[in-house]
Amino acid sequence: MDWTNLFTIALGAVLINNFIVSQFLGICPFMGVSKKIETASGMGLAVIFVMGLASAICWPINALILVPLKLTFMQTVTYILVIASLVQFIEMFLKKAMPALYEALGVYLPLITTNCAVLGVVLQNTQNSYSFIESVVYGVTGGVGFLLVIVIFASIRERMEFSECPKAFEGFPIALMSAGLVALAFMGFSGLKVFG
Amino acid sequence: MNVKKQFSDGLFFQNPVTVQLLGMCSVMAITTTLFNGIGMGLSVLVILTLANIIIALLRKIIPNNIRIACFIVVIAGFVTIVDLCLQAFLPALSSSLGLFIPLIVVNCIILGRAEAFAYKNGPGASALDGIFQGLGYTMILVIMCVVREFLGNGTFGGGILNGGEGIRIIPEGIPALGMILPVGGFLTLACVIAAMQYILSRPKKDEKKTEEVAK
Repeated sequence: MDWTNLFTIALGAVLINNFIVSQFLGICPFMGVSKKIETASGMGLAVIFVMGLASAICWPINALILVPLKLTFMQTVTYILVIASLVQFIEMFLKKAMPALYEALGVYLPLITTNCAVLGVVLQNTQNSYSFIESVVYGVTGGVGFLLVIVIFASIRERMEFSECPKAFEGFPIALMSAGLVALAFMGFSGLKVFG
Repeated sequence: MNVKKQFSDGLFFQNPVTVQLLGMCSVMAITTTLFNGIGMGLSVLVILTLANIIIALLRKIIPNNIRIACFIVVIAGFVTIVDLCLQAFLPALSSSLGLFIPLIVVNCIILGRAEAFAYKNGPGASALDGIFQGLGYTMILVIMCVVREFLGNGTFGGGILNGGEGIRIIPEGIPALGMILPVGGFLTLACVIAAMQYILSRPKKDEKKTEEVAK
C-alpha cells in the first residue's frame, strides 16, 4: 500500500482542500450549528462518522453494481438514497446499541442527510476514481477537516456574541464575514506540498 | 391567487438566499463568472419548478412519515435529467459547474420549498412559487457574480460576452484575485445579505413614520 499517497489525500482533505472553506461543501450545517463549541463538535463527530461510512458503502455499490450494469447515470439518485437510508439505520442502530453515543450525536444525525459534504465526498470519490481504501481515508479525513473548521469557527462565534457591529450586519452577515476570515487563514495552507 | 405577493416574497421578502438563508453552498462556490451564475440559477429554477409541480400533484398520495425520502427521490430524478441535458447540450457549463450540478439534490432551497409550500398547496400555486423562488435565487447569484467577477477578474459577463472572455473593465494585474477565491465568496455574500437586511428594514420605519405623522 502506498502510504505517501494516503498521506497526501489526508492532508489535502483536512487542510488544503478543506471541505468547508475551500470547496464550499456543507455550509448549511456549518452556519447552522456553530453557535456553541459543544454542539459544533458533536456535529463534527457525526459528520466524520457518516462521511467515512458513506464512502465505504457507496464505493462497492458503484464498483460492483452501477459500473457493470452501465447504470452510472443513476449515481446521484443511488448515492442520495444510500446516504439517507444509511443515516436512518445509524440512528436506529445507535439508539439500540450505543445509547451514550446516540445521546451525543442524536440530534445532528438527521441533519446530515442534507449535508452536501457527504454527497460531495462520495461523488468526488467516484470522479477521482479512488480505490476503496483511498475513498475511506478521504471520507474520514474530510470529516476531520470539517470538525476542525467548525470548532474554530464556533469558538470565534462564541466571542463575537459580546461585540458590537453595524446594525445591518447583525447576526448572519457578520458570521459570514468571520467565516471569510477563517477561509483566508486556511488559504495559507494552499502552498503545502507533499514530496513522495 | 395572490401572484403579486408570491412574486415579491420570492424575490425580496422571502428571498431563498438572503432571508431564508438556504442553499448557500452553491451561491458562494460557483459565482465566479456571469455564465456560471445564470446557468446555475436557471438549472435550479427549472428543477425547483418541476419538483414543486410533481410534489404538489402527489401531495395527497405521499404518506406523511416518509415524505422527505419521497421528496428527495423526485428531486434527484429531475437533477439527473438536468445534469444529463447540460452534459449533452452545454458541455462548457457542465464542466465549469462540475460537482455542483449533482449537488443540487441536497440544495436546501428545493427540499425546503417542497416541505414548506408544495406539500401544502396545489400544483398551479406551487409552479409559480418555484418560478419566483428560482428567480430570487438567480437574482442573488447574478449580483454575486457581477460583483465578484468585476473585483476579482476585472471583467463583466465572463463566459458569455466577447467570445467567452468577458468585457475587460479593469486592466489585468490590478484586480484582487482573492474575490474569486473562497474568501471573496464569504465576504461578498455577507455584504449582499447585509445590504438586503438594510433595505428590507427601511420601509417598515417609513411606514411607522407615516403612521406617526398621520396621528
